[in-house]
Amino acid sequence: MENRLSYTLYLADSALILSHRNSEWTGHGPVLEQDIAISNIALDLIGQARNFYDYAARQINQSGLNDPATEDSLAYLRDVPEFKNCLLAELPRGDWAVTILRQFFFSAYQTLLFEKLQHSGVDDLAAIAEKSLKEATYHLRWSSEWVIRLGDGTQESRSRILDALDQLWMYTGELLEPAHYELAAAVEGYGPDPATLKETWLEKIQEVFEEAVLPVPGNEWMQTGGKTGKHTEHLGQLLAEMQFMQRAYPGCEW
Amino acid sequence: MNKDWPLWEVFIRSKNGLDHKHAGSLHATDARMAIENARDVYTRRMEGVSIWVVESKYIHASNPEDSDSLYDPANDKAYRHPTFYDLPEEVKNM
Repeated sequence: MENRLSYTLYLADSALILSHRNSEWTGHGPVLEQDIAISNIALDLIGQARNFYDYAARQINQSGLNDPATEDSLAYLRDVPEFKNCLLAELPRGDWAVTILRQFFFSAYQTLLFEKLQHSGVDDLAAIAEKSLKEATYHLRWSSEWVIRLGDGTQESRSRILDALDQLWMYTGELLEPAHYELAAAVEGYGPDPATLKETWLEKIQEVFEEAVLPVPGNEWMQTGGKTGKHTEHLGQLLAEMQFMQRAYPGCEW
Repeated sequence: MNKDWPLWEVFIRSKNGLDHKHAGSLHATDARMAIENARDVYTRRMEGVSIWVVESKYIHASNPEDSDSLYDPANDKAYRHPTFYDLPEEVKNM
């Protein structure tokens, strides 16, 4: 029960936090068409987050052990150490190259994850995964096209995406390294061990990077911790903005 | 940046059996990006099942100044309209 709740929250938090980062482009996109595209992706992710939070809240309320929860209380009233999102999601949005490359790494992971999770032994998780897989597939296609465009584009676009690669690569390992609740999910048959996705994930990255003429970094040291609540300073800043209204005016609605 | 990206016209088929209709225009670097942009800009509220894009420079338009000679002669030829037939109920979208 504890593990399944942590697992659900990890899926919800990663989607919510990345959604928030992408939403920071709304009204600021490089061109109108891409402003709308990245905002659409943010909306897809917030939809996924809501579904996972809703399921997490039901688990909490059924257990009767904690205070009653809702999707809103889980998103707006938890503090940094309680969030379980991957570190990749919380990093600042950076320039367009950072945003694109992060989305590409994440969507490649989400696609593989949801393909497995749609056969989860837990019906709620399977249903959310099946619905979200279509969205993740489009996000992957869209971000792949952009990685290729930037990598094999102008001198400036190339140098920017190489910088982005330098910044982000060390945060990709965490996606595929199981936290204790993911191992429990694999044992109990409601979620895949992410380590089993690693090879296919790398193949996808290699395939797109080849077309983008980008180097695939070697086996470097990887940052971890987000999945178990150890976050970068950036998450606190993000939550301060995202949760401001509910913290300043508890229970406010509009 | 915008001015470097060519303009595309977007045509959306709202459901199977209907024609593609002009939905608007947008900027994109190539046809693939134009279709993705069209998907994001024009079908986000489930408006379509199929998208066509064509670079705006390939659209040729009639000249408004010619409208008298082009369209007025058709004005008094009611016999060209197939309005004298009774349409069966089952025929929709005609």
